[in-house]
Amino acid sequence: MATAAVAPPVERENYLNKHYGAWSWLLTTDHKRIALLYLVSITFFFFIGGLFALLIRLELLTPAGDLVQADTYNKLFTQHGMVMVFFFLIPSIPAVLGNFLVPLMIGAKDLAFPRINLLSWYIYITGGILMLHCMITGGVDTGWTFYTPFSTAFTNTKIVEAGLAIFVVGFSSILTGLNFIVTIHRMRAPGMTWSRLPLFIWAHYATSVIQILGTPVIAITSVLVVAERVLHLGIFDPKLGGDPLLFQHLFWFYSHPAVYIMILPSMGIMSEVIACYSRKRIFGYNFVALSSIAIAVFGFLVWAHHMFVAGISVYAALIFSILSYAVAVPSAVKVFNWTATLYKGSIHYDAPMLYAFGFLGLFTIGGLTGLFLAALGLDVHLTDTYFVIAHFHYIMVGGAVMGYLAGMHFWWPKISGRMYPEMWARLAALIVFIGFNLTFFPQFLLGYVGMPRRYYQYPPEFQVLNVLSTAGATVLGVGYLLPMIYFLWSMRYGKPAPDNPWNAAGLEWKTPSPPTTFNFEQEPVVTWEAYNYEELDAPQHKQEVPVVR
Amino acid sequence: MSDNSVAATSPAHHHHHHNPALLHHFATEQQQKDSADLGMWIFLATEVMFFGGLFCAYLIYRRAYYGDFAAASSSIDAALGGTNTAVLICSSLTVVLAIWAAQTARRGLLIVMLILTMLFGCAFLGIKGKEYKDKFVEHHVPGASFSFEHEPIPGHPGEYANPVHAEIFFALYFIMTGLHAIHMIIGLGLFTWLLWAAWKGRFTPEYHTPLEIGGLYWHFVDIVWIYLFPLLYLIDRH
Repeated sequence: MATAAVAPPVERENYLNKHYGAWSWLLTTDHKRIALLYLVSITFFFFIGGLFALLIRLELLTPAGDLVQADTYNKLFTQHGMVMVFFFLIPSIPAVLGNFLVPLMIGAKDLAFPRINLLSWYIYITGGILMLHCMITGGVDTGWTFYTPFSTAFTNTKIVEAGLAIFVVGFSSILTGLNFIVTIHRMRAPGMTWSRLPLFIWAHYATSVIQILGTPVIAITSVLVVAERVLHLGIFDPKLGGDPLLFQHLFWFYSHPAVYIMILPSMGIMSEVIACYSRKRIFGYNFVALSSIAIAVFGFLVWAHHMFVAGISVYAALIFSILSYAVAVPSAVKVFNWTATLYKGSIHYDAPMLYAFGFLGLFTIGGLTGLFLAALGLDVHLTDTYFVIAHFHYIMVGGAVMGYLAGMHFWWPKISGRMYPEMWARLAALIVFIGFNLTFFPQFLLGYVGMPRRYYQYPPEFQVLNVLSTAGATVLGVGYLLPMIYFLWSMRYGKPAPDNPWNAAGLEWKTPSPPTTFNFEQEPVVTWEAYNYEELDAPQHKQEVPVVR
Repeated sequence: MSDNSVAATSPAHHHHHHNPALLHHFATEQQQKDSADLGMWIFLATEVMFFGGLFCAYLIYRRAYYGDFAAASSSIDAALGGTNTAVLICSSLTVVLAIWAAQTARRGLLIVMLILTMLFGCAFLGIKGKEYKDKFVEHHVPGASFSFEHEPIPGHPGEYANPVHAEIFFALYFIMTGLHAIHMIIGLGLFTWLLWAAWKGRFTPEYHTPLEIGGLYWHFVDIVWIYLFPLLYLIDRH
């Protein structure tokens, strides 16, 4: 595999060098190229969202509202949320790693609908341009939740533009999910049965179900918000006979399951990475696979736990509280099975595994504090405080983004054909972990003692924890910049990657790095179970270790 | 595992196919057709949820403001709505006949049925336009000029509908039927393309997947109307 060490003049044809020029990218139907288009686009929005986060943290460095005005601050946290949720977190893993890997992992030449796949990217870009237009022309100040009637009858910011952007970008998410479901049903190679699917595929299947069933509801909700605002209808405005609670129900019917759109693919990555770097078959394959489906199903039944103080009936609140506890069970099944996979594993501390360890710890904290919030009595105390902010950042950043980075490192050799610098990557993983905890752990404490969210000034006794949080955000920012720099660096200067640098199981590692345009020269026939690491490692052991000690 | 056996029994490379519509990444025509069918069904599941949000809003306000909704509903021309229901049911029949014509290699009949389907679709939109015009003339379009004063609540003599609540009915009426009409227009666009392809002789008994998935879409839009009609037009008519 190390033939490329002396820079051979003839490079093997692959999906990256087969065609050159802008049009070969902008009109491509190759799922791997579309994945890279998405990678560039979501990274762009990640840094925009990050910039807003940075400004928020800078404002909160001091108790007084001194860096920005209250109005500006409202826009900062709103745009931070909207950009990060709709334009980074939701598309992040499915549209980049899912797009790249789903066909490769199941032995297909492409997704079932390659042109629809490209269309989804153009829809994403259209939505992105609309969102940029919304921000440049003034932005929105309602919070990313754009609750009515404030959003429809009071605020004078760009609700229509934002609603339109969210409406449009949703369809890119729907089309990605639709493509994955059909592909997973119809395009599996011979022998790739459901019980042999990598858990990454199971996770993406569950994610796709949420995408196609949840996203249309936020679409129609934003239509109603825009219609109410423009035409002064009374659908959500109590002054006109409407019911603002209806808006919250419709909004959270999508926006709670949306959290599972973010975390499920990340969980899929965890299963791949932990099995590989423990050199073991994943413990409890069936349970991990079905827990993804269970999360997708239960995830649709817990939305009103965002509304415990909004005036829903006590009985409804009780039921949603119990269901919110229930959804923790399949998540816990996953965490325990990953931990059991580690047990007696031959653990390697490569960078993807460090991110995976980070995920395990941070997701567990995020999940457990979610149970605090599912408890009715405690939630009344904690609603709209920084405790909530800390909780969902532990899930979305500590969970979803850690998993995303684990996956980006794990599959970077396959994607780019180059190795990233291992020591830098381990350092970045450490910096991200430290920076993350320093940013968000103080927010649990702040929230618990009563600091409300969405305020641009606060009493002086909260300052120490806020300074810690802002310092952490700076560290975290460095941690996120590092991978971007060394990934770019590695594209030119990285060591050429062998086809299977981690000796990992999975069909994607049986293709060249980077793969050819149609992935497989011959349609693969699968005769082995997923994560057959014992088998993979066995021959070497037989040769190296004598039978008699 | 039925879908898997399709791939398993297929040759790794597609040497034998003669259909230019078979795309490179599918092993067989059957696999491609099954994918297209499943894709359309999943899209329709998305559509169900899209309209589902509206039906949810409708049901909540209908329960809260039943009398006002009944009064507002009675002001819409049920005869026009009923005619439209019949028109759409006929169009669903012609879609089915079009697919049958393709399956039995009757190109002429296929073209006639597609044209008939589109004519029914246009008739629906025309009648819908007449209804909208009536509402506009009667000041029943929500907005600044909306007026619904002294409209009796059916079955409650001497009681009048609350115009504010009736306006919610009309808002939902226009949004629901409007989104449905947009789906009809998209369907007409789709069928224009199908007609062109049928004219070119693209469809054979072996290959007519676009007709089937276009038909699925058309039937779905019809079914939405089958729900909209009683919910919006027949709240309190006996």
